[in-house]
Amino acid sequence: MRQRSRTWQTLLTTTALVTAAAVSLTACGGTAQEPKASANAAAAFEGKGPINYVSNRDASGAANKSIEEWNAAHPDEKVTFIELPDSADQQRQQLIQNAQIKSDTFSVLNLDVVWTSEFAANKWIMPLPEDAVPADQMIPATVNAATYRDTLFGAPYYTDGALFYFRSDLLRAAGIAAPPKTWDEMKAACAKILALPETAGMSCYTGQFDKNEALTVNFSEAVASAGGSVVDAEGKPTVNTAEAKKGLNLLVDGFKDGMFPSDAITYLEEQGRRAFQDGKVVFLRNWPFLYASLSATDGSSKVAGKFGITSIPGTDGPGVSTLGGRNLAVSPFTANKATALEFIKFFTSEEQAQKRLSLSSRAPAYASLYEDPAVVAKRPFFPTLLESLNNAQPRPKVVQYGATTKAIQEEAYAAITGEKDTDTALAAMQAKLEEISAK
Amino acid sequence: MTVTTAPAPRNQTPGKPGTPGKKPGKSRTPGEGRMAAMLLSPTLLVLALVIVYPLISAIHQSLFRAESGLDADGFVTEGEAFVGLANYADLFVGESGRRFLNAFGNTTFFTVSTVLLETVLGLCLALAMNRAFRGRSFLRASILVPWAVPTAVSGLLWRWIFQSDGIANTMLGSEILWTAEGTASKLAVIIAEVWKTAPFIGLLVLAGMQIIPEEVYEAAKIDGAGWWRQLGSITLPLVKPTLLVAVLFRMLDALRMFDLPFVLIGPGKESVETLSMLAWDESNQLRYGSASAFAVVLFLYVAVVAIVFVKVLGTDVTGANRLRPVKNRQKRKATRSQKAEATR
Repeated sequence: MRQRSRTWQTLLTTTALVTAAAVSLTACGGTAQEPKASANAAAAFEGKGPINYVSNRDASGAANKSIEEWNAAHPDEKVTFIELPDSADQQRQQLIQNAQIKSDTFSVLNLDVVWTSEFAANKWIMPLPEDAVPADQMIPATVNAATYRDTLFGAPYYTDGALFYFRSDLLRAAGIAAPPKTWDEMKAACAKILALPETAGMSCYTGQFDKNEALTVNFSEAVASAGGSVVDAEGKPTVNTAEAKKGLNLLVDGFKDGMFPSDAITYLEEQGRRAFQDGKVVFLRNWPFLYASLSATDGSSKVAGKFGITSIPGTDGPGVSTLGGRNLAVSPFTANKATALEFIKFFTSEEQAQKRLSLSSRAPAYASLYEDPAVVAKRPFFPTLLESLNNAQPRPKVVQYGATTKAIQEEAYAAITGEKDTDTALAAMQAKLEEISAK
Repeated sequence: MTVTTAPAPRNQTPGKPGTPGKKPGKSRTPGEGRMAAMLLSPTLLVLALVIVYPLISAIHQSLFRAESGLDADGFVTEGEAFVGLANYADLFVGESGRRFLNAFGNTTFFTVSTVLLETVLGLCLALAMNRAFRGRSFLRASILVPWAVPTAVSGLLWRWIFQSDGIANTMLGSEILWTAEGTASKLAVIIAEVWKTAPFIGLLVLAGMQIIPEEVYEAAKIDGAGWWRQLGSITLPLVKPTLLVAVLFRMLDALRMFDLPFVLIGPGKESVETLSMLAWDESNQLRYGSASAFAVVLFLYVAVVAIVFVKVLGTDVTGANRLRPVKNRQKRKATRSQKAEATR
């Protein structure tokens, strides 16, 4: 009896193990498949039919409107909106997982601008034909951010650039005519403003310096504004230069001299907004989305009507903003690529961008829309934002963006907290970035 | 398996009505083993699929490393190479080794410190709740609130409390940067974690306290034992099995701590980076090999702690020894009545 029951148990265990092994084998088989289809752009866009549009949430409903319009006109090529989680990390993970198993579920991908290189180099998105986007009508930086090694991989959907918020009332009180254009001018302006009795306890400037993607943004802007760059066109790191040192020193000295509030190393966009809104800082670098809450007249903002905007400061002239925003790209694993390409053209057209403007505050990629008086009346920051975007540069365009931004954050954070001096931090950053780009 | 075989002898205690045909002592009837195996097979299959397979898969994955490079056109040339134990060897050398040891230290530090504080606090909570007073049921319900709040949400709540102009700094009159790198961030995590999980220990211990019969305390009072003596000689020994289970659960939980430091302090902050966060970060960067290696090491760590706890301290996780306290109690009751008789 015992004998038999043991046989049974062995049998069961073996079955379970064999099943497990089989599953693992099939899983392995999936990853070990042979080279992907060659990236032949023109020939590849074939097949019409229903597709899925995978994107972050659009609370304004503007994207849904565009999709409805498309669906009404193309009943046989319907587009379904698949919503991804709010966190950008999770979006990226889901998109990559789908690409790695070559799933045909995701057809059109909504990608953060910093993911372009990674997705393009891994062939998770297809190179687009030249005529996919009217590049000459778009802000050059947005097209640049959708390009990997001189090939267009995405169609700019919306964009974002830095704005420099300043307290116009305090500038006037101190007798300063124009907002500062350089860091030196800003320092001089602060010296005058902070001498006023009503500014007791205020600090001069803040950006976002918590160990986060926002620090990469602020660091890249400081380096670019000082004439340096984080990586060159080939993706080779270039942070061990005099310009980069000058850029990082702007931030390091800001903390050392008490120009920034001491708790700014915990600031993200939201904390910076509060500090400015509660009258703790004179100048603030932040994104345009703050504009609405800062100008709220319901009493929540102490600075409503008392602030102005301009481009961020540089060392010798206006600074260089980094670029935010999103691009649309086509997955090579979807069946209906022709539809996907047509949909992207439709969705990112100037006409649709203009229609979406009535609902969504996301900044379009088309320069002409920023000068439309009807739009400017509703969004007064658009002309300044266009100026900022015209002078903008993408964040480091590298394949291993995740590791790159982490290395930048670590070393920049060590420098601004005084744990390392600027030279050591930049040398370490250069070494780390070189190691990452060599992989 | 021990779980399922344990009740068997209990059912066959001789003299139990309703089992007339069975000879006492014979453990299995013909076909019983086969029947048991068949009944268990769905469970085994599910266990194999959800536990054994992922485990084997992770170990398998940890032996490989993605060796990607860029070709002349800037495209990734992919290839996964078998590297044997190199991913594990890397845990102890260079930059990755430094991060691993830091995360390992943080994990251990958080586990020891939070579980210790939680146990003390949980015990106090249980003692407070065990006494009869007005509004006791209200207190019991309200004490559960922190435990009921999802960890990510409590992480956000505490993030607000601990931000530079938050209520913590206002009340302390300090300017501590709780969410920046440094000792303060460790302290913030410990405070939030203890706040959240002390009620768990409290309630488990309370449940254990409530099965202690009242007459034990009455007898102690008659014998002239004070509150401290009652606590040390009755409450704590009798509540120990429950307490050990609670502490074990909390330790296993704390060892895989992820969401609280992630939300409260933020990813990538080395002061609070735990092993789970490190594994997440590695897999986020598509280095699945080393991510699996971290995960396997964490798994082994958790397993060792669990085994040590069960073997050395005799934690009764499965309830197999539940009978023992009852017997002891009966014995004690017996001795007490004997004593009572003797004194009479």
